Amino acid sequence: MLIFVVRRLLYSIPVLIITSFLIFWAVTVSGDPLTTVRQIPRVSQDTINAIIERNHLLEPFLVQYWEWVKSAFTDGFGTTLLGDAPIMPDIRRVLGNTLQLIIAAEILSVILAAIIGVVSAVRQYSAFDYTATTFSFLGFATPTFFLALLLQILFTNLYLSTDVRIFFTSGLSSAGADNFFIDRLQHLALPVITLAVLGIAQFSRYVRASMLEVVNSDYVRTAKAKGVKKRNVVMKHALRNALIPFVTAIALDFGGLFGGAIVTETIFGIDGMGRYLVGHLNTRDVYPVMAWLMITSVIVILFNLIADVIYGYLDPRIRYD
Amino acid sequence: MLSTRRSGGFVPEPVLSIRDLVVDFSTDDGVVHAVDGVSYDVHAGETLGVVGESGSGKSVTVMSILGLIPIPPGKVTRGEAFFKGVDLLKVRERELRDIRGKDIAMIFQDPMTSLNPVFTVGEQIGEAIEVHDPSVKEERARARAIELLQLVGVPNAERRVDQYPHEYSGGMRQRAMIAMSIANEPSLLIADEPTTALDVTIQAQILEVMKKAQVETNAATIMITHDLGIIAEMADRVAVMYAGHIVEVGDVDTIFHRPRHPYTLGLMNSLPRLEADERWLKPIPGQPPSMINVPPGCPFHPRCELSRGREICRTEFPLLESLESSQHKSACHFKRELAGETSKFVDEEAAS
Amino acid sequence: MTNPNPSASEHLPRAPQVDRPPSPDATPSIDADELTSFHEEGLEVVARSQWQLARRRFFRHKLAVGSLIVLMIIVLVGVFAEQIAPYSYREQVPLDARMAPTLEGQHYFGTDVLGRDYFSRTVFGIRTSLYVAGVVALLSTLIGALYGAVSGYFGGWIDNMMMRFVDLVLTLPILAVLIVIAALLGNGTPIRVAVILALFYWTTLARIIRGNFLSLREKEYVEAAKASGASDIRIIFRHMLPNSMGPIVVNATLIVATAILVEATLSFLGFGVQPPEPALGKLIDDARGFMQSMPWLVMAPGVTIVVIVLCINFVGDGLRDALDPTQRRLRA
Repeated sequence: MLIFVVRRLLYSIPVLIITSFLIFWAVTVSGDPLTTVRQIPRVSQDTINAIIERNHLLEPFLVQYWEWVKSAFTDGFGTTLLGDAPIMPDIRRVLGNTLQLIIAAEILSVILAAIIGVVSAVRQYSAFDYTATTFSFLGFATPTFFLALLLQILFTNLYLSTDVRIFFTSGLSSAGADNFFIDRLQHLALPVITLAVLGIAQFSRYVRASMLEVVNSDYVRTAKAKGVKKRNVVMKHALRNALIPFVTAIALDFGGLFGGAIVTETIFGIDGMGRYLVGHLNTRDVYPVMAWLMITSVIVILFNLIADVIYGYLDPRIRYD
Repeated sequence: MLSTRRSGGFVPEPVLSIRDLVVDFSTDDGVVHAVDGVSYDVHAGETLGVVGESGSGKSVTVMSILGLIPIPPGKVTRGEAFFKGVDLLKVRERELRDIRGKDIAMIFQDPMTSLNPVFTVGEQIGEAIEVHDPSVKEERARARAIELLQLVGVPNAERRVDQYPHEYSGGMRQRAMIAMSIANEPSLLIADEPTTALDVTIQAQILEVMKKAQVETNAATIMITHDLGIIAEMADRVAVMYAGHIVEVGDVDTIFHRPRHPYTLGLMNSLPRLEADERWLKPIPGQPPSMINVPPGCPFHPRCELSRGREICRTEFPLLESLESSQHKSACHFKRELAGETSKFVDEEAAS
Repeated sequence: MTNPNPSASEHLPRAPQVDRPPSPDATPSIDADELTSFHEEGLEVVARSQWQLARRRFFRHKLAVGSLIVLMIIVLVGVFAEQIAPYSYREQVPLDARMAPTLEGQHYFGTDVLGRDYFSRTVFGIRTSLYVAGVVALLSTLIGALYGAVSGYFGGWIDNMMMRFVDLVLTLPILAVLIVIAALLGNGTPIRVAVILALFYWTTLARIIRGNFLSLREKEYVEAAKASGASDIRIIFRHMLPNSMGPIVVNATLIVATAILVEATLSFLGFGVQPPEPALGKLIDDARGFMQSMPWLVMAPGVTIVVIVLCINFVGDGLRDALDPTQRRLRA
């Protein structure tokens, strides 16, 4: 088991290296990083030269790459082109906020999807099943940003008509709130729901399909033939087998959540990774963008690793490969 | 323990008695009568071989008795299945569950997929015990699992008991399945094509294990198979099924040497024989019927040489009726015409 | 011959029956017709071609068929946008500004502050979305199918390398990367957006086809073709790809749906299709500031997107059942 983990870990390293290279290459070839800077009125040639010097922009590609990698470890990815703000501290701050959002959304998705999926499978073709399926299809068809806007409209109108704030439609927190925790909850609720909806739609179908396959399998038939109680057949025999691919799917989905977060944060005005990225993309500030991509990749790769390990733990067939 | 059935003498109360069972399946194309009026008995210590082609209904019969067929598409329309005086088809799920795995045990065809890949073999055998006797502790169940594995001939049982199914070979897995089925000393053992998924060389071993299991438990056994060789080896009596009906039933000698149904005769004659000097194999012409479009009259008549297109075969369904002895029954309008016919087994024995 | 079981199959296409010669033992008193008929009762094996079976399965899904019809209407709307839209995309009619959906002036979806007709704008937006989605599906199917075919066919280390690359591409959060690339390399035209999207969405199909090919490779007819000297290319195109048509079609449908959603998201954020080209996402972004007072401006394009994607998903679901019934299906 340990060898398994170590091997997966070692495999991640070249992946990280290649990813960093790809990121750097893709962003660099997209054009002159100084385009926006040059457009600032009254910016002096000295400032521009200083930037060129500092970021090694005249040197060969590989040197630039190497310098960038170094800056990741020694200098926190350096500073932004415009405004000269240190990148890492900002990322740390926004990452914290985004992680709150993403993790909450994932937990919500997983719990609800698991319940809905299992019940749908066990009660196949029932009214519940059809309702859940309809909900899933709607969830798949609704773009995240549209759902976010709908929720905003809904809750703003609720507030306007009843004068009661159930959930906030923007921001992370209100100044001078009594209970920090509740306040944060109220602010995060709508973005979390928005992100979770797609996850629930997706995962509930997945769990349902998985359960159906397992429930019709031969070993479940054997368990029934042995006299195992129906509830145990589902909970013990079926679920464990059905969950194995589900767990992997969850971990692999984290990448997608970062994407969804971009949209959600933009709409709900959350000071997170998404807004950070969009802001710097709008100004074509490549250094924070590259840092963002790198950090996100690290997190995604980490989660892939965790998924592999959990899979290996749950499925004995994999362990001895 | 010895049966006196062959002489038509005293027949003790059957362990299982199926009466006029009808099981239907609703499909997109219509209703399929997978089992269409099947009746047979099994007695303690005897092995009843149920033989037939795929789709003849031999598996569905036993699965429906145990409540193992999915009920929305499937439905038990009619019939009774008395097991030790209780009608399994009318009993509540709870009681049926008590019987499953304890009084009636089943061995399935494919041991690879019939064992749960995420639990050890020992845990699964232990489960069979614990489910029916919650007072048994884990230690005791594991010890019993080791005993059972040794009984069925799994080498190195103390180590093997903690292994996962994918670490066992095909034959060993089936042994483990057999061990699991006899764990609670059932009165009725049902084996559904237990060797079909195994290599021929392993088949013989598994059959040996099954015979041993039978002797240990004195269980009544239903051996479902399409392989006549296994029937010859294992069965005391034979029931031949076709298109959801029983077409002939009798003891194994009679069925093999003096069959009185054209289908059975056809089956026997289609077997290749090493000793015989045959130019061509003689299969039964035609195909099994579409179970939705079952022809009126006898289900076998389109392929029957005996029928020769006679009216009654096309219009009237033949009932399963006794011949000279009440132990031998056939469902054919012209079964008496076969009295003179003997299967080629007898011919060759006579000739040699 | 009359069908003995009319309720079961009368609506099915009648294909030729399997021919059965009469038994040689039949006595001459029974005439040929009767003979054939009693042999055919109970022996009715109706042979249907693959496509007929698939088509029949598809049409069983009323939802899929209904969605297909709706989709075709929408496609027509997109194609004939100029004819259908009463106004042009950028046309402003200040006198009609801020109207709620109404029949007056043919402003079915209302107008915004500048007096732009949102029905027309939506119609043009539909055209862009469908165009981009179509191109993405085509490109990614081509790339993905070929990539997967080569990888799966040759197997071994070629397959290993190729799949590692796919894994790498998939390691990154797709939407995020797409946004970055669209922002940096995009120029606002639909075609470029389509190409960028295709650069990432070929991967799922590649995986599927590769898996398919790996198993098809072992099949006898491939070995037979090889043994009779067929070249690799011939084998791939003539024997194996046709057999993978099912997953290809289903996957292509899924890609269309995803592409529509992603294109809308990109244009909403301002990184996808940009003015002067019409885009549904941009419509919603434009209307965002007036969400409270004129919610219909957000709803109309949004609901349009939902309807389109919903229909595509239903059709895809029906196709999946029709073309690949071995998959344990989930009924919509």
